[in-house]
Amino acid sequence: MSGAAKDIEEIVREHAFFEGLLEPFGKLISGCAKNVHFQPGEYLFHEGDAADQFYLIRQGCVALEIKAPGRGAITFQTVREDEVVGVEWLIPPYRWSYDARAAEFTRAIAMDGACLRRKCEADHDLGYEVMKRFMPVLIQRLQAAQMQILDVYGEQA
Amino acid sequence: MDHQGPSVLTALGLQALFDSLRHRGYRIVGPKVRDGAIVYDDLDGVADLPQGWTDEQAPGRYRLARRDDAALFGYAVGPHSWKAFLHPSVQRLWTARREGDAVTVTPEPTSAERFAFIGVRACELKAIEIQDRVFVGGAHIDPHYRARREGAFIVAVNCAEAAGTCFCVSMGSGPKVEAGYDLALTEITEGEHRFVVEAGSEAGRQVLAELQAHAAMDGDLDAAEAVVQRTAASMGRQMRSDDLRELLAANLEHPRWDDVADRCLTCGNCTMVCPTCFCTSVEDSSDLTGAESSRTRRWDSCFTMDFTHVPGGSVRASARSRYRQWMTHKLSSWVDQFGTSGCVGCGRCLTWCPVGIDITEEVRAIRESPSKQGAGT
Amino acid sequence: MWTLEIEPDGPASAAAAPGQFNMLTAFGVGEAAISLSGDPAEPGRLVHTIRAVGPVSHALAQLRPGAALGLRGPFGAGWPMAEAAGRDVVIMAGGLGLAPLRPAIYRLLAERARYGQVQVLYGARSPADILFRRELESWRRRLDVEIEVTVDHAAVSDWRGHVGVVTTLLGRAAFDPANTVALVCGPEIMMRFCAAALGDAGVKAEAIHLSMERNMKCAIGLCGHCQFGPVFICRDGPVFRYDQVAGLLRHKEL
Repeated sequence: MSGAAKDIEEIVREHAFFEGLLEPFGKLISGCAKNVHFQPGEYLFHEGDAADQFYLIRQGCVALEIKAPGRGAITFQTVREDEVVGVEWLIPPYRWSYDARAAEFTRAIAMDGACLRRKCEADHDLGYEVMKRFMPVLIQRLQAAQMQILDVYGEQA
Repeated sequence: MDHQGPSVLTALGLQALFDSLRHRGYRIVGPKVRDGAIVYDDLDGVADLPQGWTDEQAPGRYRLARRDDAALFGYAVGPHSWKAFLHPSVQRLWTARREGDAVTVTPEPTSAERFAFIGVRACELKAIEIQDRVFVGGAHIDPHYRARREGAFIVAVNCAEAAGTCFCVSMGSGPKVEAGYDLALTEITEGEHRFVVEAGSEAGRQVLAELQAHAAMDGDLDAAEAVVQRTAASMGRQMRSDDLRELLAANLEHPRWDDVADRCLTCGNCTMVCPTCFCTSVEDSSDLTGAESSRTRRWDSCFTMDFTHVPGGSVRASARSRYRQWMTHKLSSWVDQFGTSGCVGCGRCLTWCPVGIDITEEVRAIRESPSKQGAGT
Repeated sequence: MWTLEIEPDGPASAAAAPGQFNMLTAFGVGEAAISLSGDPAEPGRLVHTIRAVGPVSHALAQLRPGAALGLRGPFGAGWPMAEAAGRDVVIMAGGLGLAPLRPAIYRLLAERARYGQVQVLYGARSPADILFRRELESWRRRLDVEIEVTVDHAAVSDWRGHVGVVTTLLGRAAFDPANTVALVCGPEIMMRFCAAALGDAGVKAEAIHLSMERNMKCAIGLCGHCQFGPVFICRDGPVFRYDQVAGLLRHKEL
C-alpha cells in the first residue's frame, strides 16, 4: 500500500460525512477515492452527464444550479466543506439532473460511483453503511425543496 | 314600607316600578313581542310586556304560543340579549378631521344613557358578569361598556319556564338569580297574580322602598321557591360541565369536528345570539375629500373567513376549524382567559342555529369517544 | 418593502422594548399591527418596516414625509433580553421576520459585553428580498458577531453566499446549546422547523422564543381576532416561549 493511498483513506475517514466509519469500510471506500480540486467557475459536472462520482467537499463551496430560459442559471443549493455533492450515482439511470459549479476554489475527494456500487453490492454491510449516510442527505434535500416550493417568504406566506 | 326582607307586588305595583324607574331617568328596556319573537326593546309600561305568551324552543326551532294564564314573564329567552345594549353591535370609536397635514382625532364620548333592564334572567346575569370580566376585568378597559354597565339598573326575574333548549342548571347559572341584580322578581300565577320582590343593592332597596309593596308571607315565599324548583327540574337539556376545559383541549383533532362541519353553515347566528360572545371588528370610513374620517366597531364572528385573515389567506379557512374555535373557546379556552366558562346554558345557540346544531350533543359525542391524541396545551 | 419613520407629536408613548409592535392608522383606510424595527436606544424615532400587502399597509407606504398618521402602542410582550444576558444568543430570522428582530440585534450589539456568542442566521427568498442588506454587511464586518445569510434561490450572477434553508446555517454556528437563548421570527412554517432544529442541536424548548402573527384589530385582548388556543397573541405575545405554544402549533387552523 502506497503512502498516498494511506493519506486518502485518512482524509476520507476524517471527513464529516464518513465520521465514525469502521476501519475495514474506510479501506474499501478509499479504494474508490481520488483527490480533486476545482478553480472558481469550473464545473464539477453538468445536467444530463453520467453520474459516476460523488464529491466529499473538503474546502470551498459548490453551487448546484438549474438553467432556466430567461432566468439564466438559478442556484438552489450551496454545498460547503464537511458536506457531500451528489446522490445520483446511487440510483439508476445514474445521471445528473443539475449543474455543479465551484463557486470558490474547491478541494474535494471524488468517489468513483461505479467502483463503490460494486463494493456495496458485494458487501451489503458496507452497502447499508453507505445508504445510512446518504439517506439523510436525500431527506434534507427533499425538505429544503418543500420549503422552496412553498415559497414561505413570498407574498402569499 | 320599611321592612328589609322580600316584598310582594301586584301587577299594578309593577307599573309603579316602571314609573319610578322612568322618573329616576332610566330608559326602560325589556321583553316585547315583535316579528313573531320576544325581543328586548324600549317599553312604555307593563302593558308592553308579552302577557299570556310563551315560547316553544328546540334546536333550530322557535315559536310563540298562547298561555292559558296572564303571566308576564312566562317564557324563556329570545334571540336578543342584553349585550345589545351594554356592548352595542355598532359603536363609533372616534372621528378625525384633517387640516393640511395635521389630523385631529376626537374620541367618541361614552354614553350617558342609563338603562333599566326589565326581566333579566339568571343565565343573563351570569352572561353580564362574564362580559364584565372581558371588558372591565382586565388590564385594558372598554370605556363604552363601562359607562353603560355602571349606569344600568337591573330588574331580574326568576324563570318560571325552562325552554327545550335550556341547560342553565348544568352550567351553574340558573334558574334562580343569586347576585348582580338591583331587584329580583318571582312571578306567581297561582292564586292572586303577584310578584315576590327582593332587593339586591342599595339602589334596589331605595326603589323598592317607594313602592306599594307589602312584606312577603311564608305562603308567598314557598310559592316563589316552588317556581324555581319546578323550572330547575324541567331543563330541556343537560351537559356535564366540570371537565370541559380539559376534555376539549385534549380533543382538538376529534373526528366529531368533521361531522359538525358537514352540518354547520358557518352563518355565525350562534355568535350573534350568544350573550357572552364579544368579538368585534373595526371599519374606517371617510368622506369623499378624505378630510373627515371615523372608526366604527362592529360585532364580528369567528365564523367569518375574514376573521383570521393574514397576508396569504385565512388561518381558519375550514368550517371544521371555525366551529372548533367557537366551541372550544366558549367551553374551554375561555376558562384559561377569564377564569370562567363562556357558556351560561341559555340555549340560544341551539334554538337559533338554522340546522339545529346542539352544543350539548356535540360535547356528548366527544365525551363518549375521546380521541387518543390531540392534546392542546 | 417600506421603512416608515414616525415622530410622535402627541403625548410620548412609552419606550418600546425590542419585539413590541404599534397599531398604525392610515386615516380613512384602517389600522394595522406593525412591528417596531428601529433602534431601541433611540426611542424618539419610531421605525416600522412595512410590506405593502393590504389596503392599510399600501396607504401607509404611500404617505409623504410630513403626513400625519395614527399610532397606538407599543403593545405586547417583546424578546427576553434580560434572560439572554450572560448566554449565547442565536437569532434565526426568515423573510420579513428580520424586522421585529432588528431592535434585539441593536440591543445585543450595544451591550455586546453582556452576552456570549451572538449568531444572526437569516433566510430570505432571494438576494433581492434581503432586508437591511447594507446593515447586515456592516454587522458582518464586526468580529464579535456572526452574521450568516442564506437565500432559497439565487441567480448565479448576483449572489455569492449561501443557498438553502435557514436551518442549514445552524450546523455551522458556534454556540453552547445548554447556555443559549434563541430568538426566532419568520413565517410559522419556518419557525416550526427552526424550533425543531434548535431542539435537535440541544437547545431546550424553554430557551427558544418565537414571535407569532395573527389578525389583530384592537391589540389589547378585547376584539378576539388573534386568539391562538387559550392565548391572545396581542396581549400574551407576540413573543412566546416555544414550550408554551409548541402543543398549539401542532394543530392545523387553530
